[in-house]
Amino acid sequence: MLIIRNLNKSYGGTRGRAVLRSVDFDLASGDYVAIVGESGIGKSTLLNLVAGLDLPDSGSVTLDGVELTQLDDDARTGLRRSRMGFVFQAFHLLPHLTVAQNVALPLALNEQSADREARVAEMLAAVRLADAASAYPRELSGGEMQRVAIARALVHQPQLVLADEPTGNLDPESAVQVLALLREAVKANAGAGILVTHSLLAAATADRVHRLTVNGLRLGD
Amino acid sequence: MLSGKPLLIYALSLGSLSHNLGRTALAALGVALGVALGVAVHLVNSAALSEFRHAVAALAGEADIVVRGPRAGFDEALYPRLARLPEVAAASPMLDIDVALAGRETTLRVLGIDIFRASQLQPALLAGLNESVLELLQADTVALSDAAARELGLGRGNRLKVQVGTRVLDLEVAAVLPPHAYRQRLAVMDIGWAQPLFARIGTLNRIDVRLKPGVDAERFRAKLAPLLPPGVHAVTPEIEAERGALWTRAYRTNLDMLAGVALFTGFFLVFATQFLALMRRRAQLALLRVLGMTRRTLAVHLVAEGAVLGAVGSAAGVALGWLVAALTLRHLGGDLGAGYFRGVEAQLVPSVSALAAYFLSGMAVAMLGAAVPAIEAARRAPALALRAGDEETALKHMRLVWPGFALAALGAVCAFAPPLNELPAFGYAAIALILAGAVLLAPRLVEFSLALVPVARAVAAALAVAQLRATARLVAVSAAAIVVSFSFTVAMAIMVGSFRTSFEEWLERILPADFYVRAARGGETGFFTPEEQARIAAIPGVARATFLRSQNVLLAPDRPPVVLLARDIDRATPARTLPLIGAPHALANGDPPPVWVSEVAADLYGLKPGQRLDIPLAGALRAFTVAGIWRDYARQTGALVIERGIYAGLTGDRLASDAALWLDKEATLEAAAHALRAQFASADLDIAAVHEVRESSLRIFDRTFAVTYVLEVVAILIGLFGVSVGFGAQALARRREFGVLRHLGMTRREIAAMLGIEGSVVSGLGVAFGLALGWGVSLILIHVVNRQSFHWSIDLSMPWLVLAALAIATMIASSATAMWSGRAAMGTDVVRAVKEDW
Repeated sequence: MLIIRNLNKSYGGTRGRAVLRSVDFDLASGDYVAIVGESGIGKSTLLNLVAGLDLPDSGSVTLDGVELTQLDDDARTGLRRSRMGFVFQAFHLLPHLTVAQNVALPLALNEQSADREARVAEMLAAVRLADAASAYPRELSGGEMQRVAIARALVHQPQLVLADEPTGNLDPESAVQVLALLREAVKANAGAGILVTHSLLAAATADRVHRLTVNGLRLGD
Repeated sequence: MLSGKPLLIYALSLGSLSHNLGRTALAALGVALGVALGVAVHLVNSAALSEFRHAVAALAGEADIVVRGPRAGFDEALYPRLARLPEVAAASPMLDIDVALAGRETTLRVLGIDIFRASQLQPALLAGLNESVLELLQADTVALSDAAARELGLGRGNRLKVQVGTRVLDLEVAAVLPPHAYRQRLAVMDIGWAQPLFARIGTLNRIDVRLKPGVDAERFRAKLAPLLPPGVHAVTPEIEAERGALWTRAYRTNLDMLAGVALFTGFFLVFATQFLALMRRRAQLALLRVLGMTRRTLAVHLVAEGAVLGAVGSAAGVALGWLVAALTLRHLGGDLGAGYFRGVEAQLVPSVSALAAYFLSGMAVAMLGAAVPAIEAARRAPALALRAGDEETALKHMRLVWPGFALAALGAVCAFAPPLNELPAFGYAAIALILAGAVLLAPRLVEFSLALVPVARAVAAALAVAQLRATARLVAVSAAAIVVSFSFTVAMAIMVGSFRTSFEEWLERILPADFYVRAARGGETGFFTPEEQARIAAIPGVARATFLRSQNVLLAPDRPPVVLLARDIDRATPARTLPLIGAPHALANGDPPPVWVSEVAADLYGLKPGQRLDIPLAGALRAFTVAGIWRDYARQTGALVIERGIYAGLTGDRLASDAALWLDKEATLEAAAHALRAQFASADLDIAAVHEVRESSLRIFDRTFAVTYVLEVVAILIGLFGVSVGFGAQALARRREFGVLRHLGMTRREIAAMLGIEGSVVSGLGVAFGLALGWGVSLILIHVVNRQSFHWSIDLSMPWLVLAALAIATMIASSATAMWSGRAAMGTDVVRAVKEDW
């Protein structure tokens, strides 16, 4: 489903440097993999390239046969909107929207109006937050916010879920819950997932673990 | 490496200011514009006024007392009687006359003086002439001031063509005064020649008196008063100078106040900037509190930040104001449009105290603007402030409505207060209080209005509305910038529009004839004799001719003269001739003859219909009955209309200054004008069709109010700065949100559309409130400020087209500004913003 070939990316600025070198990676439907690596090694950059939020210096990123690097920004955005879901370390719920509105956002962006409320309710129930639909993010704990973010990432049934340090801001107990929930949700959705993390504990919840190094991405440790 | 205090200051202020240089610069620019406008208006006004006072002082010279009469003059027999009084050391008689110049649009002030007396009392008038002085004793010779010689392009030996009646006379320029002698346009000539030349035989209109040492000027003035004929008054040179300055005071004060409003909007801009900036920096500031910084230190640093912003803005404003004033004086002279100081050559008068006051005002408003949010930031519990999404909670006190209502109510009360020292001080206070009240009420109004906005189906619109509703109080801060600036613009537009409409209607009423003829283009020396009037009336094609004689009379020594108009008017139906306000007063048998007084005269001298008014005419006080009050926008020191027959009977003066002519149905203006010019071949007649007079009057009106248009543009610009600052700060604070939305699949265009919608809604609210507020403020401007300043009434007339254009332009500009301010949301950086802690 996702094929990455010979991906290279470097940044300019005062500390100009190559971040990704010759990265190759394949992901099939139903796969739920973890990518680990040192801080600053380029894990988030890799996610941004996969999501089409940034463009590589060279190499290709193909999602279901569509070469992302050949698309313009609007087309990449459209692809991201319909086929991807995101979970961030800092949750990033919109503070002025209720929990239900936050979850419904991808459906609205994809203009899916049929059964929208039912789907949102279903997702909130799945993340065990059915009673928090009308609450605002500031009224929730960190773990609850991240569960809302997971519901938002999966509500439109994306093919690919990208999770960037989803437990970085959570206590261990909440982290375990969220990781279990994320895996369960991705699998239930029949999509694929990439979990970027520092935590070996978190990585252990994935089907397989890849380590990103200065020389590229390689399987296992 | 920074450490200690510098690190603290950097962490608190400089770091933030320098990272947000654009917004900081905009806020400083807001203060700078307000201060610059104030400084420029003040400098130009004070330069013109100083020059005006200097000119008055130069004319008074070493006199202790100035005896002033009507412009038409008083019997010269007063001079020897006065000069022989034991307290008088020297007296200098004068005929001060505004002379029509043939073939030129301008007039020239000519002083007929007794050269030997003037050399004692007004040496400046003859300075540097030496032996040329004697040449002035010859017939038909004048000495020109340097300014007059330069403007007229004349030098020694050249001929100056003046018009007296309908005759053009040649005067020889015998000398040009050195530049330092008298700085304004002026000519001096021997009074013995001036009197017959200008048809003023046996009359003077001014005597300057120097008293013997030890004589008290006030006591002498009191002793002199009963010896003076009616309408002639003795005043000190200081009062003479002040009287001249008095009639410009209201205009000058109004301009200062308008500049003050600009400063207020600048203040509001700083307030909005600081407020939003501190909202954005709440978590950072809270962290500093967590690290051990006291509330006091935090608040002091943040207010100091406002002071730095104010100091930079004020310094730039003073410099800019100085530059604008210097350019204005160089290219436009000391007149700001109303014509009070037209032709006055003025130079900048540096006043350190005034400039310091403006500088400090700018700093004060900036500090005040910073103080409110600084105190709030210092008060907030750090633990709460560290949480995201707490901003609206921090603004909860903005929900209070009673302070806003209280200020607005106090403003409404002030609007009904009488003038203070003849200035509408309470009127201005009312406007300031109502504006402040409206600003305080803005959050609740915004909140209420946003609840009424329907939620759209489109994601961008739905998100925009959700965002606005959730941050209603922050939105109110941005909207208030538009409310303040737009209401000011609307108020000015309604006031000027109403005035213009009233002025146009007044012109229609006051100019009923087909065309008008003046013996000269200006000045006091053009007139038609009775025989010439008969010739004019007999011009082929002229169906009807009426004549008017214009004079000045002094009703009070400390006020400028009032214009006396003697004209053909039917006392039974005066409303046919004059635009009367209210019903005319019917005269009873035995009542003195009627006088119709202008609104200005009625206000200044407390005149009411039915009241008796003594007018000094031909050396005697003549009783009249106030038969009505009429609207007059032409004469700002007041005007009186009496029947021409009565005037001629009392004074023997049968001359006419102007003629109003109606044409036969088949006659043409061109033919009549041609016949007139043929009749008065030597004269430089001013012949104008009624539409030309109206157009020329409206041109003068527009020139007078040009300065207000500039102020309106400045206000709108400041308002747009406010929008930009508000949205810029919001956009920066929302970068993570934009980043998330980009991750979720919103295109840049959709985010731009969302910002555009937010901008449109906010500016729409600002414009709607601004319209309502501006309308209220315009009522105070029209019925309180204008009435108390200039004493004439104006009918409210809404310039809907102008208002609609202003509203649309402001909304488009605001939306564009909002989108431009949020352009950061379109960049790739927002993608990385999701990784930022703050």
